[in-house]
Amino acid sequence: MISIRQLDFAYGSRPVLHGIDFEVASGELVSVLGMNGSGKSTLLRCINGLLQPSQGKVEINGRTTDSLSRQELARTIGYLPQNSQPVDCTVFEAVLIGRKPHLGWQVNDTDLAEISRILSLTGLSDYTDRSTLQLSGGELQRVAIARTLAQQPSVLLLDEPVNHLDIRSQIDVMDLIRTLTLQLGIATIAVMHDLNMALRFSDRFVLMKEGKLLAAGGQEVMTAETIREVYQLHVVRHELNGIPLVTPCPEREPMRDPTTANT
Amino acid sequence: MSAEAAVAESYGYRRRIRSRMLVVLALLILVFVVALLSLQIGSYPLSIPQIFQGIGRSSADPLINHLLWNIRLPRAAAALLAGAGLALSGNIMQILLRNPLAAPSTLGVSQGAAFGAACAIILLGSGQTFSTGNEAVLLTSRSISAACAFGGAAFSIAVILLIASFRQLTSEALILSGVAMAAFFSACTMLLQYFASDLQVAATLFWTFGDLGKAGWQENGLLALLLLLTAGFVLYKGWCFNSLQWGEEVARTLGVNTPRLRLIGLLLTCLLTAVTTAFLGIIAFIGLMAPHLIRPLIGSDQRFLLPASALCGALLLLLADILSRTILAPVVIPVGIITSFAGAPLFLFLLLRRRVQ
Repeated sequence: MISIRQLDFAYGSRPVLHGIDFEVASGELVSVLGMNGSGKSTLLRCINGLLQPSQGKVEINGRTTDSLSRQELARTIGYLPQNSQPVDCTVFEAVLIGRKPHLGWQVNDTDLAEISRILSLTGLSDYTDRSTLQLSGGELQRVAIARTLAQQPSVLLLDEPVNHLDIRSQIDVMDLIRTLTLQLGIATIAVMHDLNMALRFSDRFVLMKEGKLLAAGGQEVMTAETIREVYQLHVVRHELNGIPLVTPCPEREPMRDPTTANT
Repeated sequence: MSAEAAVAESYGYRRRIRSRMLVVLALLILVFVVALLSLQIGSYPLSIPQIFQGIGRSSADPLINHLLWNIRLPRAAAALLAGAGLALSGNIMQILLRNPLAAPSTLGVSQGAAFGAACAIILLGSGQTFSTGNEAVLLTSRSISAACAFGGAAFSIAVILLIASFRQLTSEALILSGVAMAAFFSACTMLLQYFASDLQVAATLFWTFGDLGKAGWQENGLLALLLLLTAGFVLYKGWCFNSLQWGEEVARTLGVNTPRLRLIGLLLTCLLTAVTTAFLGIIAFIGLMAPHLIRPLIGSDQRFLLPASALCGALLLLLADILSRTILAPVVIPVGIITSFAGAPLFLFLLLRRRVQ
């Protein structure tokens, strides 16, 4: 479980985050939503220690991240940044680098067995000897997720994990993230831009506006009103075959449910 | 071995590690063979038994003992150490700055050293006129010009390190800073030369020719010490260098203290290149070329690429030295000219091959 407590952060004199406070339980996938510049990526960087918050703290299973050594933190939090660039190595080696916080100079059988398990979990067993330069965007993102899993983290931070992917790859990758979150009991926080992907795959939502937390909770916080407040956009919230959806609509038209528009 | 590890074995990881070790071993043998060849070749050719006798100072001919211990061995050692040091430095700079064009010459180190030497020769008068009939040659005092060259190189590096640590510049910006420093030092050198006498200009120019004959045992000893220190550091930090290839943020979240790694790594490499350039003059392209030449054989695992680059650099400089002594024998061409001549087309070839691939 991860608890973010009253987190503040500023770039110089410009405040970016103010009083962010929420929790994510193990096995839970939480989407962080908000407009560009609302502080979502900064929040992830504050959680994993890439940036130092000016106030507040982050607790993981009862221990503050400040009290963890660099190596302990690396064994606790896995982080997937935006735009993973491939390196000229095989998929196996790309995933193996995630074991760095656990490795000695030489790779032992336990490390190799762990990588094999992760490759199998992420559906990459057939790709092991392939160069990462030959992979598609979706496959590369899968490798990046496998790399973070190799850290054996209890918290996973994903910064726009399905950005620039085609719709099929987006669904595959999100499906994988949700399955792994549940299966491995990881607390996952994902910065998302696609509201429908977030609605479909997340357990809970954190809505941010101008560095502040506007709302946090389950499907009940994802109302047309809160979404309009966050994105300054009129939307309709509806369901199609049991899948929750959000559809933007022009501001001046009356807001109608598009699935019943023709009836 | 567990069943899962056996599966991992079948993925070929261990096979790749073995093949990388073999490449490193093959390079080691090749360096040894070429070093022997380098000791053999010269105006007074030596056989292999003569070389070993000479090294053991047990040769009946005192000339052989003298030739080996005072001329050929220090020269071969300088080629080996300088080649390995420059290549290792180039490779480390390329990873730390995440730029394949990073090398001592592209970061302004060489130009800084040349300016330092020019200061020593022109301003401090670290030279004397030596007359041979109708020709006059200016011989420089090696210790002063080497110290000044080191100062110039270190200054250039210090500026780049300061920019890197205080302004948190991108790797591209650091390379551009290097280019700016190189242009600045070249301009300073030209300005000094403009006001200098013909002999001083000739001496400055002569200094810039990378020449392995300038190094004695003391110089080689210092080079070896710095090389060992740098090699020990990079081998110990092999996984950190591997992590850094995936970007600054990934490396930090994998537990790497990237600012400290960058600072110590750059400091060591800069010390190594500055000392090499100060002792031997400018030897271009080895630092840039060697990592690119060996990467297709080794891959990007820095635990093997770094030592392989060093060995490849040693091999290249030994070969260049042999060429420099034989191509226009008995005239010995400065080895820096050979590395630049061979390096430029070879680098272009590598770039074009990569483009085609």
